[in-house]
Amino acid sequence: MANIIEVTDLSYHYPQMEQRPALQHVNFTVQAGEWLAIIGHNGSGKSTLAKSLDGLLTPDPQNKGEIKVAGLTLTDETVWQIRAKIGMVFQNPDNQFVGATVEDDVAFGLENRGVPRPEMQERVHAALKRVRMTEFADREPARLSGGQKQRVAIAGIIAQRPDIIILDESTSMLDPKGRAEVLATVRQLNQEDHLTVISITHDIDEAAQANRIVVLDDGQVKETGTPAEIFAYGERLIEMGLDVPYAERLKTALRQVGADVPKQYLTEEGMADWLWTSHSKM
Amino acid sequence: MQRMNKLIFGRYIPGDSFIHRLDPRGKLLLSFYFIGIIFLAHNWQSYLLLFLFTMFAVLMSRVNLGFFIRGVRPLIWLILFTVILQIFFTRGGHLYWHWGPLVVSQYGLVNGGYIFMRFVLIIFMSTLLTLTTPPLQLSDAIESILKPFKVFHLPVYEIALMISIALRFVPTLMDETEKIMNAQRARGVDFGSGSLSQKMRAIIPLLIPLFVNSFNRAEDLATAMEARGYQGGEGRTKYRVLTWKGQDTLAVAAFAVITGLLIWLR
Repeated sequence: MANIIEVTDLSYHYPQMEQRPALQHVNFTVQAGEWLAIIGHNGSGKSTLAKSLDGLLTPDPQNKGEIKVAGLTLTDETVWQIRAKIGMVFQNPDNQFVGATVEDDVAFGLENRGVPRPEMQERVHAALKRVRMTEFADREPARLSGGQKQRVAIAGIIAQRPDIIILDESTSMLDPKGRAEVLATVRQLNQEDHLTVISITHDIDEAAQANRIVVLDDGQVKETGTPAEIFAYGERLIEMGLDVPYAERLKTALRQVGADVPKQYLTEEGMADWLWTSHSKM
Repeated sequence: MQRMNKLIFGRYIPGDSFIHRLDPRGKLLLSFYFIGIIFLAHNWQSYLLLFLFTMFAVLMSRVNLGFFIRGVRPLIWLILFTVILQIFFTRGGHLYWHWGPLVVSQYGLVNGGYIFMRFVLIIFMSTLLTLTTPPLQLSDAIESILKPFKVFHLPVYEIALMISIALRFVPTLMDETEKIMNAQRARGVDFGSGSLSQKMRAIIPLLIPLFVNSFNRAEDLATAMEARGYQGGEGRTKYRVLTWKGQDTLAVAAFAVITGLLIWLR
């Protein structure tokens, strides 16, 4: 598969924090159509990376770092072209809701791009249908739940028809139900429409759904690999300030009571399979 | 939320009446016009005419009359104060009572009555506007009414965007205020008791977090808007458009007839 995003040697300093750079020589690529999770503890530079990809932050000029999105190098001239290819969903559902009602919010991005009104109406309705929010079209944001607001934010992105969707901790302020709803919607977009998904997250179970994981630590890429490879580190993830998935925690707990558990990473289903096969042997 | 329910002014009651369906631009301009023509009336016949007209409009909106009366309530002391001043200090006509500079005369009573009517009619009409027009439509109306001022480099689109974002965040900020108040109460802040200076001091732990949060919100919102391709008002299309229909022309015609009658009754 072709690389849709290539990041080479990206560094970033926040002006207030001279001594510690937020990103240091970050290199990674994202393939078209894949789901990439970027994980890391608080302050590891995840959100800085997300904002850099969309051109919302300009990388340090002296470091010659480069970001390429769909063949375009990110510069002042291409930034709006690149933004049209990327849809971002941010963390706080309330603070990114621009429109006075659901439809208005979904239409906001289309208005910005000068899409003619009849086409806009069609695209807004199709996008709302996609996230199952059609019946809420004329609701105000104050009357929606957090999960519903994030689905509206996704609808706003679907309507713009981007190639890439970046979730910048979009599920962190939601309850478990809202989180599941949002992730199901994104999975559908990833699988049916082959949208590239970059999810920046704390939630290890969300990261477990990705095709590939990039671990950021203090602004540097520490590890890259499939969820199975990353989660097999077990204890080392905890040292990096990260959590481990439920199945791994169960393994640790079993190990403590003396059970002989396999070393390699298992999903929850894999764990259940292993449990019942090992039990039936006894 | 409780606070919001008490506030009638600026509230919208969803409905589907003739008045609800009118174009908001027309409604806004006609409401201002109505306040203007009220001052044409200066005899009981013309006040009766305006009263009947207002009641007709209120009935057409099919909004409970109670909402209008509650709209008058917060202003009742101001109205009574003005009316009483009017009654006690106007001389002329038959004199009923006097004590020092204070008099109660025929003209005073009549003028007091007129002033009272004027206040009530203005409040009824403006309440009718806000009760039957969603805030969003009002901001659209303001935008399109301001459009001619673009010639004078007035940033009309930006003003409209600010109004619509402000309106959209009113309930969100109300919720947040309530939350901060409760959080501060839980930590021992006592709102609304003690002397005036104590009361003012108690407001600080509410105001500062509210301001700081608003700054953060503004930053988040600006980032989200930029990520969605917002580059300013130029070259944008509009999702919502206002359409002027026959019924709007009818409403204007009704006001023209009323104006004609008022001039004839003078």
